[in-house]
Amino acid sequence: MNIVVCIKQVPDAASVKWDHEKGTLIRDGVQSVINPFDYNAIEAALSLKDQLGGKVTAVTMGPPQAQDAIREAMSMGVDAGVVVSDRAFAGADTLATTYTLSMAIKKLGTVDAVLCGKQAIDGDTAQVGPGLAVRLDIPCVTCIGEMEVIGGGKALRVKRMCEQGYDIIEVAFPVLLTVLASLNTPRVPSLKGKMRARKADIPLWSADDIGADKQKIGLVGSPTKVFSTHIPKFEARREMLQGSVEEQVEALIEKFKEAGII
Amino acid sequence: MSEVNYFLTEEQQMIVDLARQITREKIIPVRAKLDETEEFPWDIMKDLAQADLFGLYIPEEYGGLGGGCFENCLAVEQMAYGCIAITTTFAASALGGYPIYLYGTEDQKTKYLPDIASGKRLVAFGLTEAGAGSDAAAIKTTAVEEGDHWVLNGTKQWITSGGEAEIYTIIAMTDKEKGARGASAFIVEKGDEGFSFGKKEKKMGLRASSTRELVFNNCRIPKDRLLGKRGQGFIIAMRTLDLARPGIGAIAVGLSQAALDESVIYARQRVQFGQPIISFQAIQHMLADMATHIEASRALVYAIARTIDAGAKSFSKLSAMAKLFPTDVAMKVTTDAVQILGGYGYMKDYPVEKMMRDAKILQIYEGTNQIQRNVIGQALNKEYARREP
Repeated sequence: MNIVVCIKQVPDAASVKWDHEKGTLIRDGVQSVINPFDYNAIEAALSLKDQLGGKVTAVTMGPPQAQDAIREAMSMGVDAGVVVSDRAFAGADTLATTYTLSMAIKKLGTVDAVLCGKQAIDGDTAQVGPGLAVRLDIPCVTCIGEMEVIGGGKALRVKRMCEQGYDIIEVAFPVLLTVLASLNTPRVPSLKGKMRARKADIPLWSADDIGADKQKIGLVGSPTKVFSTHIPKFEARREMLQGSVEEQVEALIEKFKEAGII
Repeated sequence: MSEVNYFLTEEQQMIVDLARQITREKIIPVRAKLDETEEFPWDIMKDLAQADLFGLYIPEEYGGLGGGCFENCLAVEQMAYGCIAITTTFAASALGGYPIYLYGTEDQKTKYLPDIASGKRLVAFGLTEAGAGSDAAAIKTTAVEEGDHWVLNGTKQWITSGGEAEIYTIIAMTDKEKGARGASAFIVEKGDEGFSFGKKEKKMGLRASSTRELVFNNCRIPKDRLLGKRGQGFIIAMRTLDLARPGIGAIAVGLSQAALDESVIYARQRVQFGQPIISFQAIQHMLADMATHIEASRALVYAIARTIDAGAKSFSKLSAMAKLFPTDVAMKVTTDAVQILGGYGYMKDYPVEKMMRDAKILQIYEGTNQIQRNVIGQALNKEYARREP
C-alpha cells in the first residue's frame, strides 16, 4: 500500500505576533512547526501502514527548511519524504498549491491513500485536501473523526463529522481523507526514527522536476487576490442593569433585541 | 540563560529532547491525577516504548540502542522533571533487566532482552523482604532443586511494578548455610505455577508506581531460569544496584530542577510588602543554594556515569556517591520549594507538595542513604589501607 501524507509548516501559534498597522503576521523569528492537524494525518497514515503494510511518504511544499518538518514526520515512523521547493511556487493560493502537490504525488507513482489535516491553522481554508483529490481524480472524504479498515483491507469505513451529526461512509482505495484532531492521538517520535531521519536524504523537487506548467504555479497560477488583511478587534463592553430582577430581565431582552441577537 | 556545557553528543542530545518532549506532552498533564488515583501509568509506558527508551542500555543485537549508564541517566533526569513515580516505573524495568543483560546466557538474552528493549514486557527486580531491607543477606525466600525444576518459596516485599511486570529477577537462597554466598538469581515469569501477588501498598509519595508483594508458594520454574551461577545471587544484586544507583541520582536531579523552576517562577510573581518576593534576599539566598546544589548534583552524576561507561572495574563507592548527594539535595530542595511557595506550596493546587512527598523515597530506596555512606566509608577504609607501607 502506497500512502502519502501531506504536511505543512506553519508559524508556531504559541509564539506568533501581529503587526497591527499592516494587519499581518510578523514571521521573523517565529519558529515553524508542523500544522497541528497534520500530526493526526501522519498518525492515520502510520496506522494504515501498521494494519495493511506498505510505505508512507510525506510531501510538503515550502522553502528548503521544510525538510525539518519531513525529518520530524520521519522520526515518528514515516518512511520517506520530499519537499517541493522552488521560488516559482511562492504566492500560491489553494488552486496553485493543489496543482503543485498533485504533480509531486503523481511523480511518486500510484497511490492508494492520501492523508491531509483538515486545514492549516495559518490559512484556514480547508480547500487543499478536496482540491488535491480532484486533481488526482480520486474520491475524497473530509473531516474524518473515526476510521476503520474493512473489506479485507480493500476499503475504509469512516465517520465524517458534520455540524449537526455525522455520516458513516464506506470508501474503497484509492482515497483522499482529511482528518480531525479527534481521530487519533499522534504517536511520539522514536529514537531509532530520529536517528534515521537525521541521516535521511530528503530531496528538494523544483517545478521542472515535477514537470509543472509554469502558468499554473505560484502567484501566476493563483486567481485568489488578497486586497487587504486586518486583525479583528475584540471590544467587550460592560453595562450594569438596575432595578428588580424582572426589570433587569426586561431591560436585558431589550438590549438583546437592539443588538439583533434575538 | 547560562548553562553548563556537558558536551553531549548529537545522539545524547536527541535522547534528552525526546524524553523532555514526552515529559511535557504526556507526563506533566496527568501526574496530579495519577498521584491522586494511584493508577498505573500504562499509557505513558506505551509512549516510552514507542520512543525506544526501554532499549537505551540494551545492546543493538537484542533490539536496543547500545547506550550506557549515562544515556539512561539523561533520559530519567528529563522524565523525573515531570513525575518520579512514572520515572521509577520506567527505571525499575532497567533494574530488573540489568541482571539478564549482565549475567544472562545467550539463550536467556535472546529470549528476554528484545521484549524488554521494545517495552513489550516490563521487568521487576525482587530482593527486599519484610525482614531483609538494608540487611539484604537476611532474605528467607528459598529455591530448591527438584529434578528439572527449581522450586521457590517465600515472599518478596515492596517490589516496584509487582503485578504489572511480566518478567521478574528474583534473589533467593539456594544454600542457606553458605550465608551471602548461598544466594542465587532467577528469572520468574508472570503466570508461572505457584507465583502470585500480595497486597498493593498505599504510599506517601510515588503513588502512580505499583508497589506490591510477590508470593512464591511452591513456585516451579524450569532449570534454565537460573541467572548466572549458583551462589552468585548477591554479586548479581550488588552489581545491578551499583549500575542503577547513578540513575537514582539523575532522577533526583530532574525532580530538584522541577522544584527550582516552580520556585523561581512563583517567587517572581508573588507580591508581598509591595514587591515580588524574589527581590528579598531571604528568598534569593534559598534559590541560589538550590540552584548551586542542583548543578553540583548533575555534574557529579554525569561524571560518575561516564566513568562507569568508560569501563571502570570497581565503582561501588562512586555510584553510592552519585546516589547519596543528589537525593539528599532533592529532599532539601523540594522542602525549600514548599517553603518558598508558602501556604500555596502546601496545597495540592501547586505541584511542589507532591514533589516533596515523592522526594523522600529517593533517600530510602535502592539502598538507604545511610547504607550509601557505609559503602563509601568502607571503601575509603580499604583504599587507604592499601596505601600504607
